[in-house]
Amino acid sequence: SKCVYTYKEHRDPMLKKRDDFEDILEERRNSSDLKYALRCYTPVLYKGVTPCTSSMLKSMVLQSDQLHYVINQVSKETGKATDDIKEEASAILEEMAQCLQLSTVRFFAFTLSKAFKTLFRSICVNEDGIQRLQQAIQEHPVVLLPSHRSYMDFLLMSYILYTYDVALPVIAAGMDFMGMKFVGEMLRMSGAFFIRRSFGGDKLYWALFSEYVKTMLKNGFAPVEFFLEGTRSRTSKSLTPKLGLLNIVMDPFLKGEVFDVNVVPVSISYERVLEETLYARELLGIPKPKESTSGLFKARKILSEDYGSIHVYFGQPVSVRSLAQGKVNRCQFNLVPRHIPRRPSEDIASFVNDSAYRLVRAQEENMVLKPWVLVASLLLQYHHQNQAAGQKRGIALGELTAQAVWLRDLSRQYGAFLHWPGTVVTQVFTIILLALLEQGLYFFELLSQAVILLSCASYRNQALHVFVRPALLALAIHTASSNQKQEVFNSFSFLRNMFSNEFILCPGATVQDFEEACYLLVKTGALQFTQQEVLVTERGHRTLAFLSTMLDPFLQGYQVVCRFLCEEATETLTEKQFIPAVRKFIKKLLLAGFYLLLFLRFSFVCVCVFFFTSAFYKMHNCVLCVCVCVCVCVLSR
Amino acid sequence: MNYGSSVSGERLFAECKYSTQALHIILNLCQYLFFHRQEILKWNGWGYSDTRFLFNKKGQAEFTGKRYRLSGMIIPALQNWFEGTFGASVQHKSPAMPILTSSAVQPPTLNEAFVDELKSTGIPCSHDAEDRVFRGHGHCLHEVFALREGKVGRVPDIVVWPNCHNDVVKIVELACKHNVCLIPYGGGTSVSSALECPPEETRCIVSLDTSQMNRILWIDEKNLTAHVEAGIVGQELERLLNESGYCTGHEPDSMEFSSLGGWVATRASGMKKNIYGNIEDLVVHVKMVTPQGVIEKGCQCPRMSTGPDIHHFIMGSEGTLGVVTEVTMKIRPMPEYQKYGSVVFPNFEQGVACLREVAKQRCAPASIRLMDNEQFKFGHALKPQVSSIFTSFLDGLKKFYITKFKGFDPDRLCVATLLFEGDREKVLQHEKQVYDIAAKFGGLAAGEDNGQRGYMLTFVIAYLRDLGMDYYVIGESFETSVPWDRVLDICRNVKARIIQECKDKGVQFSPLSTCRVTQTYDAGACVYFYFAFNYRGLSDPVHVYEQVEHAAREEILANGGSLSHHHGVGKLRKEWMRETISDVGMGMLKSVKNYVDPKNIFGNRNLI
Repeated sequence: SKCVYTYKEHRDPMLKKRDDFEDILEERRNSSDLKYALRCYTPVLYKGVTPCTSSMLKSMVLQSDQLHYVINQVSKETGKATDDIKEEASAILEEMAQCLQLSTVRFFAFTLSKAFKTLFRSICVNEDGIQRLQQAIQEHPVVLLPSHRSYMDFLLMSYILYTYDVALPVIAAGMDFMGMKFVGEMLRMSGAFFIRRSFGGDKLYWALFSEYVKTMLKNGFAPVEFFLEGTRSRTSKSLTPKLGLLNIVMDPFLKGEVFDVNVVPVSISYERVLEETLYARELLGIPKPKESTSGLFKARKILSEDYGSIHVYFGQPVSVRSLAQGKVNRCQFNLVPRHIPRRPSEDIASFVNDSAYRLVRAQEENMVLKPWVLVASLLLQYHHQNQAAGQKRGIALGELTAQAVWLRDLSRQYGAFLHWPGTVVTQVFTIILLALLEQGLYFFELLSQAVILLSCASYRNQALHVFVRPALLALAIHTASSNQKQEVFNSFSFLRNMFSNEFILCPGATVQDFEEACYLLVKTGALQFTQQEVLVTERGHRTLAFLSTMLDPFLQGYQVVCRFLCEEATETLTEKQFIPAVRKFIKKLLLAGFYLLLFLRFSFVCVCVFFFTSAFYKMHNCVLCVCVCVCVCVLSR
Repeated sequence: MNYGSSVSGERLFAECKYSTQALHIILNLCQYLFFHRQEILKWNGWGYSDTRFLFNKKGQAEFTGKRYRLSGMIIPALQNWFEGTFGASVQHKSPAMPILTSSAVQPPTLNEAFVDELKSTGIPCSHDAEDRVFRGHGHCLHEVFALREGKVGRVPDIVVWPNCHNDVVKIVELACKHNVCLIPYGGGTSVSSALECPPEETRCIVSLDTSQMNRILWIDEKNLTAHVEAGIVGQELERLLNESGYCTGHEPDSMEFSSLGGWVATRASGMKKNIYGNIEDLVVHVKMVTPQGVIEKGCQCPRMSTGPDIHHFIMGSEGTLGVVTEVTMKIRPMPEYQKYGSVVFPNFEQGVACLREVAKQRCAPASIRLMDNEQFKFGHALKPQVSSIFTSFLDGLKKFYITKFKGFDPDRLCVATLLFEGDREKVLQHEKQVYDIAAKFGGLAAGEDNGQRGYMLTFVIAYLRDLGMDYYVIGESFETSVPWDRVLDICRNVKARIIQECKDKGVQFSPLSTCRVTQTYDAGACVYFYFAFNYRGLSDPVHVYEQVEHAAREEILANGGSLSHHHGVGKLRKEWMRETISDVGMGMLKSVKNYVDPKNIFGNRNLI
């Protein structure tokens, strides 16, 4: 049809394996939204579905063996009467449960159509993926795992599924939304169920929550949707996955309560995230505004801006059964009644962890990259080099274009999913990015410059997954004491460990990652391998320099933290004090002029901070501190 | 059920010494028949030679012979069901080799010294090819499939027919002396590759056929026990006891052909175990001949606290330790009244919930089985042609009532078949109790006929497999036992696994994958699976079949099911023994074997 993109002829063979997109807004612009919102909606359901209502689900949960067991246990521990605990349970469930209603969905279908049409140029969806999903829903219970970059994500998901007549999901949402009057209830009626952010030791809550999710999944009530990353990534860089919910949805399969569970990773790539500036400010330490209805109302000014297009790619459904094949011994549940809660065994814990990383990688792989992502990477590097050299010079457009084309080819060879609109490169650059950068270059006020650079960095981060393994190898070659293969591997392995909370690097897959990196660099002619040695080719220098510079900001972030720990952190700091303290330290460094030459690279501020947001809690643990200190040594060599 | 026309044809209740001359002649005749079982039984399929399913010239299914209720009847719905379920066609035949060519059988490796001494004892023996082949297999799919193609692997080198316990003692002594391998053979109905001769066995293999040891030696009416030789087959035992007004009540599906010794050696289970118990509950005393001598208890007591029960080394030993020669079994007066019944449930889940409740209240009838939807349809396809318009009208009305009036989905409903036994009044009371429970789970009483047909299915299923094999369809049944909370999960997952594996292995048409909950216990149930597929287009169907069965067994174990409920382990399921009984358990079994049979005379290599 007409709306199918016509960039096929420009497509690289690397991209052949991916499906075509179709713009679902195209039709919205040409036909009535009201009619669309009121149209007949008859999704295909799971073949083994037990028809039930939202309220029946609740009573099923309350009557389950699991809950009985936990209620009795809690009663014994606390001395409270079981009836009281039951009441408490039912109240918790009331607070948690969704009550999916088609009328609310229709309301959203209408309003979102209006909003999306003003906000976005297009919403592109791979229809083949939708068809695979439909098939999967029919066969087995389905879990949807979209990437999480924006509040929009889950509304968008439901919107798309409604559009294609696919069963609407129930969505695990943070309690924050509950605080929004009216809107919280609206979300609930469109399938969201709410979980408290932390309930570590609360057995009753955990039992209710996991049983609620499992009941919906097992009965095929609806696909279950949640975000593996747990929270929105403020930096466009995938966050290390949270395992709680994944554990829960895999459990019915492992215990044999369903034959299989299909997990569908969904990659949502925004050209520009609605919360772009908000995120940058948050990273600089300005607290995130509390979710509120009035806040949402105030935010309506974003409607006047252009947020480009969205690409939503529904990945290949992954069968949990095939993932677990040979990794988990399901017989381990034979000797204890399955409703008694138990800590997952070691093999299950590592299986779920591995799967989580694989699934996040599957999300990353199908993220669509726009030209500005690559250009942002180039400009940031260029900017840093200028800063280091104390110059304030722009870059010639022609040069930038040439570099961008080079980078485009490189990333294609690395398997990036590029959306490169034909030959309009120069034009596009002039309009968006140079404007952005110039603003940044001539702003002297620290904060606003940082915001712009952070936005740039967040574009760059979108491409990180493409380059991270080769970049680690490039850096490893750079830092290794010799060209010996073993040396390089050791240094690679060290760097990889150090960054294991920074990037999506599957635990225990060092060798595979190393091989993958080697393969890519050899394929692109940057490296050669002899029996013992790793050699950088003539043309490889440029690639390797680009790649290792890409990791620079991250390294420096770690380095600064180390300095902070060595120089300033004398007394023990709590988690809450730590981040502001580091932030202050960095500011001091920046303003102290003396360090400017060495450290005036704004992006590291962000890096530093998001390092804390994602991996901070690990800092308590001395191992990592030591690790970071070693890293400093490596760098100062 | 009618097993009336049995092999011997006449009363056969005596020890040899009491027999008159007339009886001698009959006995000889009967022995002749037993020596050459293959003349009344199929050599490459199940059951009696005169009894089989076939599609006649009109394409209608017919069951030949006169032995069963269904015999001689036309079964009009079978062809449609068969073609629809398997995507098979009555046009595409895959006939078996009609006769065994002796050249296909390897000449026997005889231990001359052993044979000479054996002959001097006067115990009959044979190394005729047909006799040997007949005793070299059980009824696993791969075994029957190979025979149909005329392929014969390693078979026993010699067959010997001991007539009594003492004969067995002599044979075992000779075997030890000359180091030959002994494989006991009872009814030949094994489905665990237990009768297969280990191909790596280089010694002379002797098949010890117990069929001549088929007498009831005494009946003790005070204690309600009977002392029986172990070679007797189930229907014969039952018929003989019935003549004195007793029964054992032990009715495994194979009871027409399987032997008492075989039941003991495999830990068999009978359909009516709810009243009479499984073999371990029925056995009071066992005598077994081992290379170390004869093992038996010194009394016939109902229960003893004398260390681990030595019967439990014998039961389930699968012929690896010795030959069971005589058994004292509990007997019961024949039931006054028998009544079949059936209940239709809207779905399998409700049915299982009902069975669980029945088990909880400990009011299970003699037999209660729950067939899933596929098996219900299968059973339905076996309805013989109805003689009157009235019956067919009634059937239509019933169907209308259940599907339209009661709103049961014909693709989800399932049926439980029931068999009540006892005195009339109690049976009726019991029946009401069970139907009341069923009603709580949405069950509707569906008449005696459906119930009886359900039980018939188990007796004709093996004949049906032969029919399938005539038309490119192969299949098998297998069983497991599982805790109650796992029943639904295991049924769903194993059936789904079978379907998935078939698809992955390139089977063109979706297989028949069906199950029934066939026994209930306090803590769980026995589940029976049928699985069959159309193998057209596959180059090695038996291999595919074995892979799928293997995967299904893995699935069973992963879902908390047992390795076997009553079929035994044999060689087919040996690989899972260690995880089933633990390393120490294996060590215990092995050390018993090492003590009892250090030279591995009973070398069928089953179990461990």
